Amino acid sequence: MTANKGKVVSINGNLVSVKFENNVSMNEICYVNVDDTKLKSEVIRIRGNIAQIQVYEMTGGIKCGDDVDFTGEMLSAQLGPGLLGQIYDGLQNPLPVLAEQAGWFLERGIYADGLDSEKKWEFTPTAKIGDVLRAGEYIGTVLEGPFTHKIFIPFNLLGIYTLKSVAEKGEYTVNEEIAVLTDGRGREISVSMSFKWPVKRAIKCYSERLAPVETMETKVRLIDSFFPVAKGGTYCTPGPFGAGKTVLQHTTSKYADVDIVIIAACGERAGEVVETLTEFPELTDPKTGRSLMERTIIVCNTSSMPVASREASVYTAVTLAEYYRQMGLNVLMLADSTSRWAQAMREMSGRLEEIPGEEAFPAYLESYIAAFYERAGCVLLSDGSKGSVTIGGTVSPAGGNFEEPVTQATLKVVGAFHGLSRERSDARKYPAIDPLISWSKYKPVTDPAKSGFCKNILLHGDEIGSMMKVVGEDGTSIEDYIIYLKAEMLDAVYLQQNSFDSVEANCTKERQRYVTDKLVYILGSEYSLDSKDDARSFFNRMRQKFIDWNYTEFESEAFVKAEAEIDKMYVDGHGRLSREAELLLKGGE
Amino acid sequence: MNKVFNKIESITGNVITVKAQGIRYNELAQINTRFGKSLAQVNKIDGDIVSLQVFAGGQGISTGDEVRFLGHEMRVSFSDDLLGRIFNGSGEPRDKGPALTDNMKPIGGPSVNPTKRILANRMMRTNIPMIDMFNTLVVSQKLPIFSISGEPYNQLLARIALQAEADVIVLGGMGLKYDDFLYFKEELSNGGALSKTVMFIHTASDPTVECMIIPDMALAVAEQFALQNKDVLVLLTDMTNFADAMKEIAITQEQVPSNRGYPGDLYSQLASRYEKAVDFDSSGSVTVLAVTTMPGDDVTHPVPDNTGYITEGQYYLKGGRIEPFGSLSRLKQNVNSKTRKDHRILMDSMIRLYSSYKETLEKKNMGFSMNRWDEKLLKYGQLFENKLMDLSVNLTLEESLDLGWQILADCFQKDETGIKSDLTDEFWPVK
Repeated sequence: MTANKGKVVSINGNLVSVKFENNVSMNEICYVNVDDTKLKSEVIRIRGNIAQIQVYEMTGGIKCGDDVDFTGEMLSAQLGPGLLGQIYDGLQNPLPVLAEQAGWFLERGIYADGLDSEKKWEFTPTAKIGDVLRAGEYIGTVLEGPFTHKIFIPFNLLGIYTLKSVAEKGEYTVNEEIAVLTDGRGREISVSMSFKWPVKRAIKCYSERLAPVETMETKVRLIDSFFPVAKGGTYCTPGPFGAGKTVLQHTTSKYADVDIVIIAACGERAGEVVETLTEFPELTDPKTGRSLMERTIIVCNTSSMPVASREASVYTAVTLAEYYRQMGLNVLMLADSTSRWAQAMREMSGRLEEIPGEEAFPAYLESYIAAFYERAGCVLLSDGSKGSVTIGGTVSPAGGNFEEPVTQATLKVVGAFHGLSRERSDARKYPAIDPLISWSKYKPVTDPAKSGFCKNILLHGDEIGSMMKVVGEDGTSIEDYIIYLKAEMLDAVYLQQNSFDSVEANCTKERQRYVTDKLVYILGSEYSLDSKDDARSFFNRMRQKFIDWNYTEFESEAFVKAEAEIDKMYVDGHGRLSREAELLLKGGE
Repeated sequence: MNKVFNKIESITGNVITVKAQGIRYNELAQINTRFGKSLAQVNKIDGDIVSLQVFAGGQGISTGDEVRFLGHEMRVSFSDDLLGRIFNGSGEPRDKGPALTDNMKPIGGPSVNPTKRILANRMMRTNIPMIDMFNTLVVSQKLPIFSISGEPYNQLLARIALQAEADVIVLGGMGLKYDDFLYFKEELSNGGALSKTVMFIHTASDPTVECMIIPDMALAVAEQFALQNKDVLVLLTDMTNFADAMKEIAITQEQVPSNRGYPGDLYSQLASRYEKAVDFDSSGSVTVLAVTTMPGDDVTHPVPDNTGYITEGQYYLKGGRIEPFGSLSRLKQNVNSKTRKDHRILMDSMIRLYSSYKETLEKKNMGFSMNRWDEKLLKYGQLFENKLMDLSVNLTLEESLDLGWQILADCFQKDETGIKSDLTDEFWPVK
């Protein structure tokens, strides 16, 4: 192939126009030569013989007439063993390697391979010579941390292949030849343990896409019992700044019941990535007993890194997620924040002088967001196993107002909505998910009827609360006041959850069911309380006991003891179970 | 290889275009006008048409003026000679000292590799109780001071500059009133902090383009000091003027505005400045405090809104006090467990009681009757506001904690505070 070259003709921010002669394809990667460095760029528009490219780096120093080399390839991620535990930038350059080469700063024009080309992996062949294989089926495995990593026929090989030879069990690097395939016409294709896949294309080497039915435990009570997320589903967490979006995602990434977590820190603070980097290697994954970092990949393009690669970072992350799904694993991909990604699109669209849509976002915003979330899903693989990619995205709406284009476009396509509210976070009620506006289309871990019963108390209590602001405590009847107190207690002991305590933050589904039953029992009862002062003091004490109970290890001695104290208080308060709650609890048994 | 051109094609606002070849993006040029020389920076190249934004503004530029390209980007001289000096947005001295041209460093450089950062974990003392005790400032934190015009934010900044434990202070003033500039100069020299301070000052009467350069200059210098193992505190006032300057230039260049006229990249532009705050793995640090005035006290205005998403909390200055509710230091829990064992619990309890006081005050204003507990809260709120919240209070953290216990003891019984009894036993003042 002859070198395909072009020349720079205009520069505006990170948008550069290039005059070319041969053929150039859309989204092709090219490099702008500035002095001794090559700046990675992507073609985003072609008009006549002018290609407009977005440069993934700062563009200072480029001049008209500079050479541009087109590569003929689209922006791709390198897939293979060795991805887990890595910290990548938006273009899959490992940041520790860049630090070795460039020191403190992310100097432009320095790139490194996504996978370590020196490291040897113990390969075990599983396919036999003569086997007929297609893309997405595997020829062998290596052990990557706690996982059996399957070595696939590259996803970009279309058609059917016969395995001509396969390497023996032994140690190989990711770039060594591991097998030879022959296609229908007898041509030979050499395959190694790694291959490249264009990040903006979804990987579809599965037999069937399934409906997401199994609930993904996040261990956050408010989510699992009221606004659950399914494995293979999607959810979004919009909220104003300081409402705790990032802390919530951080907690989810630690405790979620999945095999692999991929964190895309997209246009957010570098300090948060540092926090994850410092904390995760120290924590153990309850499932495997190994370091949490071994199940995590971080793709970070923090807010001060170049905008164009911010756009690429979410695609890189979701591609890695899809790759591991292909091995029959459950993968959770967290994007913080999708608004920054949308803003990156807006910046580029402005430079391209496209006609702006609402709030100057491009008109294709909705379809891009929809296409991104559609890459989640639960799939049936060719070997009969199931895998899933769950996508959770935070949204940072301007001014905390959910009526803005990114939030609205996201709400159209996700299966659960966890809206964070300023009121709750100001009152230090964490997680600040507002139960009055959030929703979910998935199945909760607890009995939906019981959750519904609790939700009703919340709604009713909220109404009484707002009424009380007008008429005062004196103007409220004692019956209403008790409902208000019950709602307050439910909020304090079940909805609010301390994410910094390892027992409290890690509330399993068994515990959630158990505690919900207890709550239905206590909140569904009437008590002999004569005055409002009595009522307030009773529920305050009950609340305190419940909170203490929450901090004890499930089914431990302390747990039983704390529960006994709650029961004693119930008896002392002359609790009488209501008919409705009784039926509910019977139905659950 | 200086290139000189004598024909300016167009002049719109602060932006001029010339026909030239071989010019690099972001390159600097010098324009000789009849009012003197001015720097200009290339911000767009289309074929042989080069657009430049002129630092001194477009006023009085003639189509026949000489444009000389300098072949490098904007730079700032860096050495210890900077200390005690005052410069403008072009890097020229504002004081009577000599111009500095040694060891030129580029400004607006690349961002720090996240793997080379370390977790912020050192407290920066300011001796302001509302900061040290309730929303501790942490080395390498980036925090804005949200304020409405008219609040004493520059006085607050000057006090922090004088009292904070930092090796070097870099002050960046954007759109400052001239008397504010004089105030800073006088306060810092009276307080004896001038010798560890570098100032980059743009006053309201200076050209707009220079306003946009100030944060980059200040932060580039700060970064260099930090790489020499110094803890640097950068004070910026006022970032809303910086954003407005960007808006002005963007609109002149016919960019599509996104929200209230601000350019679509407002977030990225602000972030690339704030993200310069860093604690280097095995070297110094940069901490950024930046005043952001909120037009009409509206926190949803694009500038404070975008800032809030970038920074690690905010100080909310209102009614001459740092409000305990709107204010938040997201990094405080990294340090306040190591100061004194009663710090956290006292901080939480005092704020909780203060919030009860606010509710009681509301009840009182609505004419509801006050019970004994309400009376206690009212007394507590008054004491808290006068003795701790007032901006003139100057106490070390330990003194503020002791005062906090004293205030509690003046108003409540031990068991009314909700503090664990082993702490009240140890710290409760004896009458």
